[in-house]
Formats: sequence, C-alpha cells, structure tokens
Amino acid sequence: MAMKVYGPAASTNVARVLVCLEEVGLDYELVPVDMTKGEHKSPAHVSRNPFGQVPAFQDGDLILSESRAISKYILRKGGGSHLLREGNLSEAAMVDVWLEVESGQFDSAMSPIVFQCFVVPMFMGGTTDMKVVEENLEKLKKSLEVYEARLSRFKYLAGDFVSLADISHFPMAHYLLVGPHASVIDAYPHVKAWIADIMSRPSVKKVTELMEAAIRMN
Amino acid sequence: MAPVKVFGPAMSTNVARVLVCLEEVGAEYEVVNIDFQAMEHKSPEHLARNPFGQIPAFQDGDIVLFESRAIAKYVLRKYSKSAGVDLLREGDLKEAAMVDVWTEVEAHTYNPALSPVVYECLIYPAMRGVPTNQKVVEESLEKLKKVLDVYEARLSKHDYLAGDFLSFADLNHFPYTHYFMGTPHASLFDAYPHVKAWWERLAARPSVKKISANMPLKF
Repeated sequence: MAMKVYGPAASTNVARVLVCLEEVGLDYELVPVDMTKGEHKSPAHVSRNPFGQVPAFQDGDLILSESRAISKYILRKGGGSHLLREGNLSEAAMVDVWLEVESGQFDSAMSPIVFQCFVVPMFMGGTTDMKVVEENLEKLKKSLEVYEARLSRFKYLAGDFVSLADISHFPMAHYLLVGPHASVIDAYPHVKAWIADIMSRPSVKKVTELMEAAIRMN
Repeated sequence: MAPVKVFGPAMSTNVARVLVCLEEVGAEYEVVNIDFQAMEHKSPEHLARNPFGQIPAFQDGDIVLFESRAIAKYVLRKYSKSAGVDLLREGDLKEAAMVDVWTEVEAHTYNPALSPVVYECLIYPAMRGVPTNQKVVEESLEKLKKVLDVYEARLSKHDYLAGDFLSFADLNHFPYTHYFMGTPHASLFDAYPHVKAWWERLAARPSVKKISANMPLKF
C-alpha cells in the first residue's frame, strides 16, 4: 500500500513531506484536506493529527504528524539517509543545527509574511497587515546575514553536502520568490545562489508544480 | 578526554534541556556562564559559537554546536551506547518517528502555549520589573488546556509520549514545565491526571532533580 499524505499541496508543511517522498522515489498518494471548509478539524482528520493540523501521514498502521518528523521517517525508510548523515556524529549534528535554525528562525519569520501576503488576501478576503510584514522582514534580514556568512564558507548549510536542512527551506523559499518581497535576497548573493540551487533539484521542481497547481485551483 | 562545555546560565531553560541529557548519559561536562547583563551573548567570542547570539552553545573538542535540541541529540548519540540508554530509538524506524513527532510537538505546540505563562508570571517581573500581562496569561492558559486535552488522551494510552518508554521527547518538556510549576497556575495540571502523573515521574528522575536544583523558582 502506498504511503499517504493528508493535506493541501500548497501548505508549506505538506510540501516539505512531499519533497522528501520525491527525493527517495517512494510511491505515495496525496489526499486533499479542504481547510477552507474546516476539514482539518473533522473527526477523521483529528484522528490522524490530534492538533487538527496538516500534514498527517500514514504508512500501513503507522500514523504520524509534524512535517519534520514525517520527513525524517521517509528519508530513513526510503534510502535517503545521506540527507540526514545519522551515521556520522558531527555531520548529523550540523544537519540538526540547521534544521532547528530553519524552523526557529527562517520559518518563524517567513510564516507571518506568507500568511499576510498570500493567505489573508487569497483565502480570507482581507488586507495584508504591512506592519506585521515589515517587522518580520527585518527579522528575516537579520537571519539572512547569518546564512550569508555560513554559505560563504560552505556550499550547503550543514557543510559541503546537501541535506534535509537545506531542502526543508524550500517551501517558504518558494513563497518568498513568488511573493512581493523576493528582492530581499538580492543583498545576500550566497543565499540567493543557494536557494536557486535547491529550487533546481528535480524533487523540488516537481513539488513546486504541485504547489502552484493547488494555488491556481483556488 | 576533556569534559564537554555548555555555554550559558545553568538556570536557562534551553541550557537545562542540554544538561538533563548529559546527566542521563552520565557524561562529564562543564557549564560556562554567559553574562547577559554584560551583553556577553553578543560578544565576538560567543557569536563565533552561536551566530544568532543565543544560548546555549556547546563545544566538544573541535565540534562547536548551537540550538539546544541539536546539541542534546549529539550528546545522546555520542554517549548512549556506553551509558546503556536509548532515548532516541534510532535503531527502530517507528519508535524513532514517535520520538521525533513528540519532540516537534513540544517545540511547536506545547511550548508556545505554556512558555508565555512562565515569561509573564516569573521571568518578565523579575528580569524587567514589569507587571504580569494577565491577558496574555489567560489566552495562553486557554491554548494550553486544549493542548493538555491531547496529552491526557495520549498519556492515558502510554506511560510516556513516544510509547511505553522514556525518550528525548519527554525530557524536552522538563525545563519550561519546571518553571510553570512555579507560577500561580501550576494547579492547571490537576485536571489532567495522566499528564500530572507523567510530569511527576519525570520530576522524580535523578537527572531532572539534579538540574532543577540550579533552576530556582524565585529569581
């Protein structure tokens, strides 16, 4: 039975899981969850993700939530362990460090920007709160200074090897690139080149198409 | 072998996250204080260890790390075999996944609901001399109750979060929950008997007791 991912492809957390499945080439089924109709809070979905969030994931009788946990499971099971380096203490630690940074710094600054620039106008009929956007762009720029310094020394975040830490940035990076604030990365040439490199991966291109198709449908 | 170094105040929640794991594996370590009043966390020396100017940072010989959960996992991977503990379960796909799930839940769901109560009731009044923002506390407690509903259901089925074994996922909850128990809202847990029992099991662990001793509830 193919693995199942529950959630909309346009969700950054769903896309994170999909790209890992594409990286290892495992069969999967994407099961839509219509969040505009509150389907993520339905008893059926809550039985898979008790906090009523997306994604949820199923592999046989194993049900998981939390995209970064699901991603690691997929990579370990599907032959993608080179993206985690868990056999090497120091390399695995660097992957973990930059995955934490992705979650705590990049995602936390990008998430309110994406919410204000995409979700509010497109799905909630509201207007972007520019104050929230500006505050978070400032936080993002401070983080990008650190990324720029890091990527001036190494080709990828964990070292000179690509890892889940890099790929985990792609969904929010996609929305940054297609949104009104893409030019913020122009001041950080190594970051810009690194993003372009990640976005050119076949797995990332495939999932980007799924994300864009999902947005077009709305 | 030189003891590993953890940089940051011992009473800091994220420092404690690392220290409790060091205690669980019986590793030798040294805590090197970082003086926030003196802006030491933004000094070039500390930024070389943690480029975001935060704590903790960590050093083991040539290896320098930051981000408490990443540091803690490094410690557990390095010392677990010789210590005879298995808190990450990386030898079992499903168990490792459950440890990861509940570690993520602590970071993204439990902590954001619980930590504002700790900041408003304990930290901001002591460190910034500002009064507690009761609105923030009330909103956080409402979120926390919903989270604890899920934890109660989970811990009614298993002794620990990832299954019937203690793991890194449980230990991650210790630092902020320890301080929450020093706020006027500790009794919230009384309505969730399985959660309360789980917390008491954690708090009774020698590692947790030892690290708690450096985390006074009045400061």
